[in-house]
Amino acid sequence: MKYMMFVCTDTEPETDESRVPDIEVWVAENDTAGRRVTGSVLGAASAATTVRVRGGEVLLTDGPFAETKEVIVGFDILECADLDEAIAVAAAHPMAYNGRLELRPLVDR
Amino acid sequence: MKEVAQAAQDSYTRIAATLIRVTGNWTLAEDCAQDALTAALERWPRDGVPDNPGGWLMTVARNRAVDVLRRAAVEETKLREMAMMWEPAPPDDRLRLIFTCCHPALSLEARVALTLRTVAGVPTAGIARAFLVSEATMTRRLTRAKSKIADAGIPYRVPSDLGERLPGVLAVLYLLFTRGYDADGEPAFADEAIRLARMLATLMPNEPEVPALLALFLLQHSRRNARRDAAGDPITLDRQDRSLWDRAAIAEAVEILGRTPVEGPYAIQAHIAACHAGDETNWRSAAEWYDQLARVQPTPVVELNRAVAHGYAHGPAAGLALLASVNGAPEGYMLAVEADLRERAGEKAHASDLFRRAAAAVPDGPERRALLKRV
Repeated sequence: MKYMMFVCTDTEPETDESRVPDIEVWVAENDTAGRRVTGSVLGAASAATTVRVRGGEVLLTDGPFAETKEVIVGFDILECADLDEAIAVAAAHPMAYNGRLELRPLVDR
Repeated sequence: MKEVAQAAQDSYTRIAATLIRVTGNWTLAEDCAQDALTAALERWPRDGVPDNPGGWLMTVARNRAVDVLRRAAVEETKLREMAMMWEPAPPDDRLRLIFTCCHPALSLEARVALTLRTVAGVPTAGIARAFLVSEATMTRRLTRAKSKIADAGIPYRVPSDLGERLPGVLAVLYLLFTRGYDADGEPAFADEAIRLARMLATLMPNEPEVPALLALFLLQHSRRNARRDAAGDPITLDRQDRSLWDRAAIAEAVEILGRTPVEGPYAIQAHIAACHAGDETNWRSAAEWYDQLARVQPTPVVELNRAVAHGYAHGPAAGLALLASVNGAPEGYMLAVEADLRERAGEKAHASDLFRRAAAAVPDGPERRALLKRV
């Protein structure tokens, strides 16, 4: 199964820095194992543009679609056997400590 | 036909678990398992119980599932594949069902509801009633949980890391035992929790916390007929009529504890409950078990109960000394414990004042009335 992993900030990060794993190691391990299909860091939320079309008119808003304290700062597409494997991969990511991760299955139709 | 009902009940989980593995369709599995039970209750009293009741039920449920799927135009190759997966005798899928229902990616409420519905076979209406929600709400909750299992890719298997996941399963069983009430205010699913703990203990013979939890359930449940007075108000343990306790359940629990190593909090709690199960409470032993429990589970309520036990085992001064270091327990309960200790230490006026303050700190009801009686 493929999962989209949203990488998000959090207002209460892990306080013990020594526990946080290294991102380079995480990427290398999961790329080698074929579990990370792709992924990237995203530009700042201030660089976001929200697009809607209503009544035939293109409406643009400066900023992300949800104004929250937590912002999405990156993503990865994972290829895992099931949710348990995806959870294990996510739990080894540094942003599981310094932020939060959301796993969403890609719908395969 | 009690034996029919018993044999049928034992088979329900096994059938549902296997049908889920083979068809991947939870609702179909529950319906077909239920249909097979209904057929048995209708036919067995008339034709006699078959030699292999479990096999009979599994066959009826399987045929029913194949019928339903054929009518839903599922391809013949898929149906043949399914038939293959049943032969010769299906493996026991109950553990994987339990671990899937209790998966931590589901909400706690969903885990409890799904375990009751699919593992214990409790009808949705019954679960809804006990949790004070409408049947439609409970149906939605169950449907949402089943969809999440399918859509999010929650695997249907026993996890490789049992040590990490078993406590979660036991916590669900404990919630299922304590949460949800019937019309008398008694736990609605205590019998189901006991049955599931018994089943789990058979399926996981090398995990001592499982039989320990079963023993804890049996001890707590053994007092069900003594817990309330005629008006339905709760009676504290020390005032209960002990002749109303279920001696068979207590004996079973004591026997289980005698052969189960103490490896976690459930075993310790069960040993504490067993200290209360004789003709008189063994407070010395209870105090020692509370020392152990406070080491593995240092919560304010445990610390408070530890002070109570020491107060009875070694005198009010010992209890008051421990009470002084308890932080964050519910205020009414704290005050009531201190009041009881001071009363027994001979400080009548101080105790009376504390009972009054304790009564004011708990909600209006039987508990407050009991405290005011002691002012």
